Parts: sequence; structure tokens; C-alpha cells
Amino acid sequence: MDYRKILEGVVSGEARAVGRAISLVESNHPEGVEILAALDSRRVDNCLVVGITGPPGAGKSTLTGALVAELRRRQKRVGVIGVDPSSPLTGGAVLGDRIRMMDHSLDPMVFVRSMATRGQLGGLCASAGAVIRLMAGAGCEVVLVETVGVGQSEMDVATLADCTLLVLAPGFGDDIQAMKAGVLEVADFFVINKADLAGGEALAMQMEQVFRTDHGMAEVSRVMRTTANAGEGVAQLLDGVELYGERIAANGEKLKRRKASMEMESLELAVEQLRPHLLGAIRSSSEGEPRRLAAGLVQEVLRAME
Amino acid sequence: MIWDGLERCAVLFFPEKEVIVENDKQPCRVLIAKPGLDGHDRGAKFIARALRDAGFEVIYTGIRRTPDEIAAAAVQEDVAAVGLSSLSGGHLRLFPAVLESLRERGGEDIPVLGGGIIPEEDKKVLLDSGLAAIFGPGDSAEKIIASFTAACMQYHTDH
Repeated sequence: MDYRKILEGVVSGEARAVGRAISLVESNHPEGVEILAALDSRRVDNCLVVGITGPPGAGKSTLTGALVAELRRRQKRVGVIGVDPSSPLTGGAVLGDRIRMMDHSLDPMVFVRSMATRGQLGGLCASAGAVIRLMAGAGCEVVLVETVGVGQSEMDVATLADCTLLVLAPGFGDDIQAMKAGVLEVADFFVINKADLAGGEALAMQMEQVFRTDHGMAEVSRVMRTTANAGEGVAQLLDGVELYGERIAANGEKLKRRKASMEMESLELAVEQLRPHLLGAIRSSSEGEPRRLAAGLVQEVLRAME
Repeated sequence: MIWDGLERCAVLFFPEKEVIVENDKQPCRVLIAKPGLDGHDRGAKFIARALRDAGFEVIYTGIRRTPDEIAAAAVQEDVAAVGLSSLSGGHLRLFPAVLESLRERGGEDIPVLGGGIIPEEDKKVLLDSGLAAIFGPGDSAEKIIASFTAACMQYHTDH
């Protein structure tokens, strides 16, 4: 298929075209770049990107499904990106986020795409950033990016998103400890999911104690309670997220975040493409001390850039 | 190291062929789905895991899906092949319905493979209706993976 035809399809929101376009971009096809460059920048700018992260089993996929249902009730066109890890040994992956979102599988206003991390050192920004823009360019007013909160991906999603939700559930005490220095610092909202379970209220109060810090919105709590599988608390959460989205769009924070995210994407792509060249140079070098070798390489690259 | 799933599959199953992959770093993406009302997903999950271990990215949509739901997911995910599993005896109706729904969504070029308890005389009917391959009990995982690999490579060559 000609890329112009795909682009046409993307602009009019055709699922087949959007699906193909994402594949072209994911595989670094030059036509994918053409499509990205031709997207309607107003649509991309106006789209609200919501990152959803948290420990395994906290209910991210279920909450994402519940948010999609609420967004559809509000007549919004929605894109969902479900990120699951690739096996570092075989590169394979089982992507199962869709299972919790099958209620919307026949809704033409909902586009769901599963992505594997593909073990790229480039991280999430290099791969998912472009997919977000494609979905926005296809008319999605809100794009939800769901990723399991282990390791680097949780910080990546905070870089990618306009607004980041950290999903927690009672019984995950140790995970919260482990994440203290990570996404806890950058999340815009803390969602206590499974709030109806024992310990839910205690966890919510704990989080409220720790995160009394102002996120610029006195009228909206930073800690939200949901029971995603029953849809409880989801409308209030979305109210908060939408208000937050409007707020950061108005005060320039959204623009700042988008700029930082695009910079990160460029950086990751550049480093990714340099890697094989650097590795080649390393293998053919006679220097035995890694630090000296690395410093020499960087010097060479910098000289070439001048 | 970055695994090139497609190349790896190709090397595993077509070691004699020099594989030229235009889009490097593109693993095979496949959808494994269970149309119809039977809930016996052991076979589907076994194949999903076997494909994962062979370097595929496998999207699994769970049990009891309609042909339309499966086709819609395949198109959004732009998978290079769809694998259907049915143990309910409804394959003659369900498998071609997925093909039909794919056609309606512009995804007629996505190959569809089927498996399950499928009588010999039904195999030909399904293959004639456009299924790329049919598997049953006794077919080895290697054979099934090789068929998926071939289907994916065909899809990637065509696009």
C-alpha cells in the first residue's frame, strides 16, 4: 500500500490504515517517518496522553478498560497502548492487555494496540512516542499508555505522558517501598484501586499523608480511590485527570512536557542508531581499559560532530 | 543484544535460506484467538507460549470471542498471522466467519491458521475457504511454528 493512501486512512481514522502505519513506524520504515511528519499537529497538541503504571496485579488493565468505558460515555475517541515486556532471551512476548478491554473491541472509536518492549535500550519513548502521535493524528482525543511499573518503563511513561497515574492496590506494601525513589516522585495522581478490599482505605490515607504536596489543584485530590472492575470512582478520577489536563495546557506545563518527551525520543533514537557503530569501534580497538576506550570513543564522536 | 525475532525464526526453520529482512528488528506479531463458546484454552495457550519461546510477539485475546472481535483486533494490531483454536465443533462456521470479517475490514491479506479437533473431511473445506493451514492433535509444535513463520514471512514480504 502506498504511504499516502495509508496517511489518508490515518487522518480519517480507519483502523486498517492506523494499524499499518504503526507497524511501519515500529519497524523504522522510511514511509513511517513520512506519515509521522505529515500528521495534523493540532490534533497531536490537543490530545491528552495519560500514562498508567503500577506494580503487576494492581489492576492497571482493568482500570484502563474502565477509563475507556467512561471516556466513551463522554463521547471521546480513545487510543490505548498496552506495553508488555519482551523476553530478554528469545525476544518473544505474550501481550494480554487486550483481554481486559474486549468490551470495546467492536467500537470504532476505540483503537487498542499492544506493544512489546522489544528489549530496546532505547526505552519506551523511542517506540511509544510515535505511536501516541499516530493515534492522536487519527483523531484520538485521549491516549492511554499502560505499562507495568517495574524498572525503567515507569519513568519512561512519566516522560511520555501529559499526566501519569500510579495504580496501587492494598497488599502491595513492599512494592511501594521499592518505588519510593522512582515514579512516586513524578506521578500526578495516585490511584488506590481495589479500594473496597481490606486495607484499601488505610493505604489511601497513608498516601494522602505522604503526598500532601500540592499539584497546583486544591480542588482535586492527588489520591483517588477506585474499584475498577465495578467502575466505582472512575468518573471522579477522569474528572480530575481532565481538569488536570486543562490546567497544564493553560499554564504551559503540557507544552514543556511534550518538548521534553520529544527531546528524549530523539536522544534515544540517536543513541540506538549509534550503538552498532560504537560496538564495532570497541571490538576493533586495542585499548584494554574500558574507561579509557569509552573516553577515546566519545572524543572521536565529538570531534566528528564539530 | 537485540533479537530479530523474524530472522531468528527464519534461521531456526529455514537454515538453508539466506534471509533478507528489509525492515530489520521486526519480530513476527501474531494473534491467537478462540472463537465460539468452548472454554478449553489449553491448546491456544500452549501454542501462544511455544510461539513466544520461538521469538514471536503473541497477542492473546482470551476465550469466547466472536469472529468480528477477532478480526477487529487483528486489524488494529496489524498482526502478520492469526491463529484460531476451536474444540467445540463450530470450526466450519467460525473460521470462515473470521476470514469474512477480515475482508470487511480490509484485512483480507492477513493469513489465518486454524487448529483444534477438526475431522479430516472438514480440513479440505476450510483450506478451500481460504484458511492457510489446519492443525490437529498429533501435529508437533515445531510444525505449527514453522507454518506461522512461513505465513509471517509471506506477510512481511507483501508489505
